[in-house]
Amino acid sequence: MITLGHMLTLSAILFALSVAGIFINRRNVLLLLMCIELLLLSANFNFVAFSRFLGQIDGQIFVFFILTVAAAESAIGLAILVVLFRERRSIDVQDLDTLRG
Amino acid sequence: MLVTVLFYAFATILVASGLGVITARNPVHAALSLVLCFFTSAVLWLLIEAEFLAIALVLVYVGAVMVLFLFVVMMLDIRVEELRRGFTRHAWLGWVVTATVIAEIVGVLVQRRLGLDTTRGAAPLPAGYSNANELGVALFTRYAYAIEIAALLLLVAIIAAIALTLRHRRGLKVQDISAQVAVRASDRLRMVKLKPGGGQP
Repeated sequence: MITLGHMLTLSAILFALSVAGIFINRRNVLLLLMCIELLLLSANFNFVAFSRFLGQIDGQIFVFFILTVAAAESAIGLAILVVLFRERRSIDVQDLDTLRG
Repeated sequence: MLVTVLFYAFATILVASGLGVITARNPVHAALSLVLCFFTSAVLWLLIEAEFLAIALVLVYVGAVMVLFLFVVMMLDIRVEELRRGFTRHAWLGWVVTATVIAEIVGVLVQRRLGLDTTRGAAPLPAGYSNANELGVALFTRYAYAIEIAALLLLVAIIAAIALTLRHRRGLKVQDISAQVAVRASDRLRMVKLKPGGGQP
């Protein structure tokens, strides 16, 4: 029997993995975007699990909207990445210092 | 019992492919590991009877978003070795943050004061229950405005992505359709009276 604890622990592990991925891949924009997708997936896991185990459909509707926003985000993010690569011939985060941040 | 075994099997695959995403040397391998992640998550969502979202995850993520990722990875000529410099220098920080996040979330899970019973299974669904039907009813009644805003957001994303990547090349020979349509006979043709038997006009 799958319990709420199972799902929440799994999503916690997935979330922690993607946070670690953001730290260790912090030079490659493409891998950062992938880690953000993984992070959103683990958040979706929590929504689906709570929706199912508390018997309310609203959590799954929220997942639907998160999917929409994540798709829009990755489309625009990749478009920005392509433009960036055309300008700089590199997707290294360290090269993005025009604003002296 | 079988469901539990399946859950552990797929959870193991999910965590392993998640590790693959964050440690892969090649961005293509990372993207393919992420595809495996999404597939496995879809299976896990099927196991807890969220069928519609499981299918939507495969269609939207594997079918659209990850294909876009793979397309961009293969279109860009990325020198991986340079981006890998300093990979292990900050790895320890990553693992410290990971351990902290896991400890915090597990700390919330074992907390009894929240009144959250995490050891209980889900209530069995009634016979003839349709997940897609329930979602559809809620989505088009209570959340009707929200779904319209989501649709608008996707439209904005399409326009933004196209506008960002559109490139005008110089020296390209293209037709100007409106100029071609707007042309009149008097612009192109000159009528000349010729005298019969005469020479040049």
